[in-house]
Amino acid sequence: MVKWLRRWRGTPPTLLFFALLAGAGSLVPIVYLAIRAMSADAQTVANLVFRARNFDLLVNTLAMTGGVLVMTTIIALPLAVLVARADLRFRSAITLLCVLPLAVPGYVMAYALIGLSGYQGFLAQIFGFRIGRIEGYWGAVVALSLYTFPYLFLNLRSALSQIDPAMEDVARCLGYGPSKAFVKIVLPHLLPALLAGWLVIGLYALGDFGVVALMGYEVFSYAIFTQYSGAFDRIYAAWLSLMLLALTLSIVMFDGFVLGRTRFARVSKGAPRRQKLFRLGMWAPFAYGYIGLVILASIGLPIMVLLFWMMRADTVSLIGDVFPVFMRSFGAAAPAAILAALLAFPVAYLRVRYPTSLSRTIERFAYISYAAPPLTLGLAFVFLSLNLVPALYQTLTMLVIAYAFSFMALAIGPQRSALMQCSPNLEASARVLGCGSGEAMRRVTLPMIRRGVLAGATLVFVLVMKELPITFLLAPTGYTTLAISVFSRTSEGLLADAAPYALAIVLFSSLFIGLSLRAEGESAPKARKPA
Amino acid sequence: MNFDMFASRARAVAMGVALALGAASSAASAAEITVYSGRGETFVAPIVAQFEKETGVKVNVRYGDTAALAVLLQEEAARSPADIFWAQDAGALGALAQRDLFKALPEDVYGELPTIFRSRSNKWVAASGRSRTLLYSTERASEDELPGSVTELTDEKYRGRVAWAPTNGSFQAFVTALRKVEGEDVAKAWLEGMIANDTKVYRNNTAQVQAVADGEVDFGLVNNYYLPRFIKSDKDFPVAQTSFDAGDIGNLVNIAGVGILASTSNEEGALQFVRYLLSPQAQQFVTSELNEYPVTRSVVQNPSLLDFDQLVEISPEVDLDTIEDLDGTLQLLRDVGLL
Repeated sequence: MVKWLRRWRGTPPTLLFFALLAGAGSLVPIVYLAIRAMSADAQTVANLVFRARNFDLLVNTLAMTGGVLVMTTIIALPLAVLVARADLRFRSAITLLCVLPLAVPGYVMAYALIGLSGYQGFLAQIFGFRIGRIEGYWGAVVALSLYTFPYLFLNLRSALSQIDPAMEDVARCLGYGPSKAFVKIVLPHLLPALLAGWLVIGLYALGDFGVVALMGYEVFSYAIFTQYSGAFDRIYAAWLSLMLLALTLSIVMFDGFVLGRTRFARVSKGAPRRQKLFRLGMWAPFAYGYIGLVILASIGLPIMVLLFWMMRADTVSLIGDVFPVFMRSFGAAAPAAILAALLAFPVAYLRVRYPTSLSRTIERFAYISYAAPPLTLGLAFVFLSLNLVPALYQTLTMLVIAYAFSFMALAIGPQRSALMQCSPNLEASARVLGCGSGEAMRRVTLPMIRRGVLAGATLVFVLVMKELPITFLLAPTGYTTLAISVFSRTSEGLLADAAPYALAIVLFSSLFIGLSLRAEGESAPKARKPA
Repeated sequence: MNFDMFASRARAVAMGVALALGAASSAASAAEITVYSGRGETFVAPIVAQFEKETGVKVNVRYGDTAALAVLLQEEAARSPADIFWAQDAGALGALAQRDLFKALPEDVYGELPTIFRSRSNKWVAASGRSRTLLYSTERASEDELPGSVTELTDEKYRGRVAWAPTNGSFQAFVTALRKVEGEDVAKAWLEGMIANDTKVYRNNTAQVQAVADGEVDFGLVNNYYLPRFIKSDKDFPVAQTSFDAGDIGNLVNIAGVGILASTSNEEGALQFVRYLLSPQAQQFVTSELNEYPVTRSVVQNPSLLDFDQLVEISPEVDLDTIEDLDGTLQLLRDVGLL
């Protein structure tokens, strides 16, 4: 205890307070699950926890998560390198299109892939050829990868554009060729970005219900889903959720272990010079072809399928019917994104600048609560609200708080990367030059990590726009959002009626992704064209 | 602005917002009811609007997934703001009835209804019904080929001619009923027999209807309301549907229904809503617009559906409260290799 106290000394108390608050919020699901789990009957729990099928579920879960990580890396790494380093035309349009898949709800992506195949599939009807049914393991891996890879793409792209080119120059001077310099110098420096992206994608895949249920692949979260939806049970679902969270914890610990030992901030004097772009030359057609393929599969396909459904719908007035519903989605998603970014800042800052066991623990809890299945998260906040602040139950305030605590991890990642790349010496210099700690933060740190803060808030915004279970449980009664409008039509088999609302989610989210990228572009140093 | 200043302002704003919203939400008047609806907005909203117009009772609707709402209601228990739960299937209603979350309904609400449309516990009542039926091609299947029981589809003469959708929820509910009524062994033997008979797997009911029309298969196991959607837009659609012999498990009727929550603060209004759902007017909408079965006789029949008395006569006796063991069904479907 004394040792702990000594370690904390020097941690700014205000930041510590808010970090603890954020940490406490992310403990909510774990506390809730523990309370629910305790009311179970011991024998039934023993049967459930020690059944052989859990081992299969574990293997499936790891196989699927691993598959998603490999596939997202295969998609995102070349894209990020091309966008950050090659002399591409239409760079900002390509960047936008590579981030847009984030706006596609998982259930839409799964429907789109399922709808491609089979006798009545989209491909058979439009192009006259049939492919095998996309389902099970590959169905789940492909669907999850196609809309989560932008997390990795964004992380890699910003890391690539922030690496000081001087390091590569040094490697070249010491005799490495350009590709060897890339492998030996650039790739290792991408490690934090890769880890941050993998963490967000992997934890998302662990907790996802929607895609695995539609694809019929049996992982842990699917078993939890059948407990809720088949047996209408929350006690045994709590046991399975706790087992899933234990798995999450080990992954988060591993991430911390790898990341904790390395140092990435540049140490040289002055500002880094601009990146030099490499020429694609004869490889240009392959590069554009690859980019085109990824865009077509990840954003083109779901939009085509939505338009295909729309053609069969009665006309819906976009202004009269869809816009008011969008305003409700926006009214919940925007404050949630801002609150999540505010909560994330003290956590990310302490984690990077005061890496004590406490700050690491708080960050881990944030990631664990993010990985909990969303229905479980929602129930946890129902429990919290009913027991502590019943006046706030099913109010917009509580909904926003629940979103913010649940998805805070998404805002932490980009802030953490930004802080790691910005040397503490700069803050120290500001202090030496007479700034107070608050002023140094405001004038030096915040401007440097602005992009990270904005990127994180956008990720939260986009996820909230398509979120379902928490919204079902905690939105004010009658507060029907775009995502709920989609669900309450697809659940009755009315895909055509759901299409305008699904399309609105994609379009409006795209708008905000575009705005966010634009704001980022204005503050970022421009890359230099090859001479 | 430093962090402490920021913090105190943020706290002040948060408190203000919380108070405003909290006050707004607790100002519910007595002439209001809250419905948790697992049924979609397209179906519920017109009925609710008509009810509000006729009674002056305001209805707040929370749309969501039936299972998620059923779990939410357990979590809320006595503190639930809901007066009514309108669920998409009997399993969810049975689960809540078992956990004593529903009030018993007065007998005059359900007394007139056939047993297939009410719970043995009298705690919920059906608002509409859907039956399992057999699709057949009007071009390639003759009347005398139609089987008397769903169990006959394992016969050699149906080899490779039948479609089913093992991942579909209604199909799984049917398998659960088969297990409960005929026993695990019969259910397993039937599934294996169907697989051995080259039954073709489709992803959902709509795909089966199209497959029969396109000539890929001659028969399909579906819910009753899919084919009418096709016939509505094409009168010469070459597919028809039929039921099995009276009492056959293949004619299982599942329901969507409502219960009044034990925690209701406006039982009178809730009861008014339940009665309205069972009224001829609402039931006419259910059958004409949704192509589902009405639960009362007092409506003009939908021409694409069976006559009410005929449905009651052919449907098997199944205690719908007991068909909530989805886990066991999924296990069985996995064992035979369908999932």
